[in-house]
This record gives sequence, C-alpha cells and structure tokens, in this order.
Amino acid sequence: MNRRFSWFNATSLTLGFAFLYIPIVILVIYSFNESKLVTVWAGFSTKWYGELIKNEAFLDAAKVTIQVAILSSTFATVLGTMAAYVMVRGGRFMGRTLFTGMIYAPLVMPEVITGLSLLLLFISIGLDRGVTTIVLAHTTFSLCYVSVVVSSRLVSFDRSIEEAALDLGCTPFDAFRSVTLPIIAPAVISGWLLAFTLSLDDLVIASFTSGPSSTTLPIKIFSAVRLGVSPEINALSTIMISIVTVGVITASLISKRSITRRRDEEQKADQ
Amino acid sequence: MNIRRLFLIAVPYLWLGALFLVPFIIVLKISLSDAAISIPPYTPTLDFSGGWEALKQFFSKLDIENYVFLTEDDLYWKAYASSLKIAIISTLATLVVGFPIAYGMARASDEWRPTLMMLVILPFWTSFLIRVYAWIGILSTEGFLNQFLMWIGVINEPLSIMNTELAVYIGIVYTYLPFMVLPIYSTLEKMDASLLEAAEDLGCTRTSSFWLVTIPLSRPGMIAGCFLVFIPALGEFVIPSLLGGSQTLMIGKVLWEEFFNNRDWPVASSVAVILLLLLVIPIILFQRNEEKNKELEL
Repeated sequence: MNRRFSWFNATSLTLGFAFLYIPIVILVIYSFNESKLVTVWAGFSTKWYGELIKNEAFLDAAKVTIQVAILSSTFATVLGTMAAYVMVRGGRFMGRTLFTGMIYAPLVMPEVITGLSLLLLFISIGLDRGVTTIVLAHTTFSLCYVSVVVSSRLVSFDRSIEEAALDLGCTPFDAFRSVTLPIIAPAVISGWLLAFTLSLDDLVIASFTSGPSSTTLPIKIFSAVRLGVSPEINALSTIMISIVTVGVITASLISKRSITRRRDEEQKADQ
Repeated sequence: MNIRRLFLIAVPYLWLGALFLVPFIIVLKISLSDAAISIPPYTPTLDFSGGWEALKQFFSKLDIENYVFLTEDDLYWKAYASSLKIAIISTLATLVVGFPIAYGMARASDEWRPTLMMLVILPFWTSFLIRVYAWIGILSTEGFLNQFLMWIGVINEPLSIMNTELAVYIGIVYTYLPFMVLPIYSTLEKMDASLLEAAEDLGCTRTSSFWLVTIPLSRPGMIAGCFLVFIPALGEFVIPSLLGGSQTLMIGKVLWEEFFNNRDWPVASSVAVILLLLLVIPIILFQRNEEKNKELEL
C-alpha cells in the first residue's frame, strides 16, 4: 500500500513517535542536571557521571552483567543455530513436535515462571547460585530467540547451492562452513545481538537465579529505583541507551551494505 | 541415522529438556507438596535411595492442598481477575494507539519506511527497565506531566497518576507498542492499493472504504498484535511493581512476593501452574491465527 499520505497520517506518526521518544529524551536530558531532584532543572552538569564511576557496587554489577551477557549469548547462538538447523533441515525424528514446542514455548512464557522453575531446578540438583546459573538460565531462553531468527533465514535460502558443494566433493561440515554459514551469517549475528541485549536487559530471571555475590545491573537498578528516582540512575540509563543506539544503527548500516554488495555481485554475475 | 545428525539433534534437545522441561515437572511436583520449615522449604523431597517403598510413600504425600488454598483465599481470585482485566484493557489501548502509527507508516513514501521501521524497533532494543523507569519521573506528583499541565493551565492541582492502575496501563501501552505496530504494519504494507480504488470507483467514500476494505484486510495483523501484547502483559511483573501502587494486584507480582517475601514455595509454584493454564488458551488461539495467515499467503 502506498498512497495519499494524509494529514491524519502525519499527525498520528508525529504523536506516536513523540510518545515513544519523549520519555527517553527527558531521561537523557535530566541525567545532565545539576540538582539532586530529578524533576527540577538546576543547570548543566556531568557530576552524576562522575558519581557513577566512583560507585563500586554499580561497577561490579556492570562487570557481572557483561560477563553473563557475552557468555550466554555466545552459547545461545551456537545452540540456537543448531536448533534452527534441526528444525529446518532435520527431517523427521522422534519427538520432533516436542522439540519445536520447546523452542517456541519459552518465547511466550511469563518470566516469573521461567525464573521460578529454573531456580527450583538449580536448588534440587544442588547447584550454587551465581554467574553459572544466570548464564545457564539466559542461554536457555535466548537460544529460542536465536533459533527463530536463524531458521527464518534458513527457510528462505536456496538449498541447491549447498547440494552443489556436496556434489563437488565437500564434506557436510565443509559445506556448512564454506556455503551455509556465510549465507546465514547476518541472521546468526543478529541472533547474537538479540541474545546479548536480552541478557543485558533481564531483571526477573536474573533475580531468581542469581546469588548474593552475582548481582547484575538490572537487579541493582531495580532495587535503587524502588527507593525513588535518582540522577545517578538517569546517567547510567543514558550510557546504556547510547551503547544500544550506536550498536543498532551500526548493525543496520552493516546489513544494508551487505545487501547492496550482494546485489552488485549478483548483477555482475548476470552480465 | 549418522552420528553427526544425532549429535546435532541431541545437543539442543537435551539442553532444552534439562533446562526447560524438567524445571516444569519440578514446579508441578512442588505445587503438590507442603510448605515446611527446612532447606529446601517444602516436603516431601524426592529420595531414590529408599527404593520402591519410599517412592510410593513420596507419591502418597503429594496432594492438591495448595490449589484448594488458592480457591479459598480471595487474594488469588482477585489477582487473577485483575491481571486479566489489566491485560485486556491495555491490549485494546495499545491497539488504538498502535493502529494509526502502523497505518501512517504503511502510507509513508518508500524512502521513509526503513527509517520509520528502525524508529519503532529502536526502543525495543533499549532496556525494558529503563523505559519503565523513565515514566516514574513523568507521572509522579511533581513529575513532568503535572508540571506541564499546570503550566498550560489545564489543572490547578497535580493529578495523582503514579501508583494507580492508570500508570500501569500507560506503562504497558508504552513498552509493548512495537509488538502491536509491527504486525499491523506488515499486513497493511502488503495490501493492494487498487482494492481501495476499486471500492471508491464503486461509490465508497474514503471513510467507508477504510472501514470496509482496510480494516478487514488488516485484521490478521491486529489479532497477532493483540496476542503479542496480551500474553506477556498477563504475567507482567516489572510494570505493576514500579508504576502500580500496593493496591494494584497482578499475578506476576503475587507470585514474586509469595516466593521472595513469604518464602512459600509450594504456593508460589501452584500460582505459576494456574497462570500457565490461563495462558494456554490464548497461546493456542494465537498459533491457529498464525497458521491461518500462512495458509492465506499460500
């Protein structure tokens, strides 16, 4: 559909995006506020960023969070890509329905239930809560997201290229590495990024599965926010928002470039 | 079956089995146990060393006492009912806010669409917690909304929105808006504009062609969007606990408090089991809707 962009459309887009972005913009602006009161402007200052760097508890939590996010998103990408391959190319095998169900179910599961059930598992097998348990928990729910992203890419790609590689003497593993993987790479990378942000963002599951020595940043923020708004949290939020924004824009530019490059190559091949 | 294929299937299968399926069986089992002052705080615990007799005794000790307790205590009924109410109202509100945005995006020119698309997705990548936190400063009594409304002279006294159900609605609409906009946009984008021309040639006004053509054709997207908002909203914890007051009951919050504050694991587990049963129906309906859409596309 592409017709008549009316005043109504322009207004609803403007209001819609204002609704989506004004809260974030206010949050960022007031992180540079001199005053301790978050809602009263008292002049420009970067002192809350200074306070933040001095706050050991936040720094420790940030370290744990990044460690967990990197480990869990990497595991989730490997397992999720395997699961996607099984779903799309696996053919029939025993318990296939159960397998697909287990991939899709965590996507709609309330986080409180996932968190509770994993905690009860860790306790019943006697695993101490800490970084390991958070990584296990995050890997489990983000591998499902990764496999959905990767399998949509696998479905759309031409299988005959892979078969050609096999006919030309590649082992299945070589064919996967030199043909399949480069083609699905953008989906694998965006799966990794998705898993990374999901892990970075998660409060509920991490609260259930973390131990006293392994507080993550969202848990820290949540307990601070319950006591009220503070400019330090605004500063921390601003840093996190900037990292994500730069990441998303870079990723979309890279994928845009790879699409145009592929189109150019296809055109050359046609000539 | 060759070894490589077996390995490829077995690894993710076993992982999900051990960390997704088994935990559920444990929740189900603990929901049938009794609370106890011990570590872990429930009884009976499964012990295989006692042999068959001990196992039989173990099963005979399980009962549905916790579920009976849930039906007797008003708190849980109210929490389930108010979660359903909040989830339904906020889903409809998200639809009303989201549809015009998706409609505007679908009508925008081709060079604008990727940018608009990214603008909708970007907040989704930003931390959920931060986006909810941003509203505390806006909705509180001395917050920006009240300052603004008093400055333009609409109100004389600050409104109390923070810690009410209204704040929870605003929070849910705000955080789940992308889930509503994207599926509606994707159905509207695929719509054939010549259908509208045909309707108008046959005597429809612009408004009636919108209601008779655009709305029915975008229904699959609207339904998908509604489920994508409703399902997570029902079990929501962060939004009611940060924006809602102590009187805002939602089942996710009750479960959390039962577990962390009262340390009653068996009751928390049975609350979880019932929440899951409540979710099974919308999830099955959602799956059906998706399958129907796929068939229509073929």
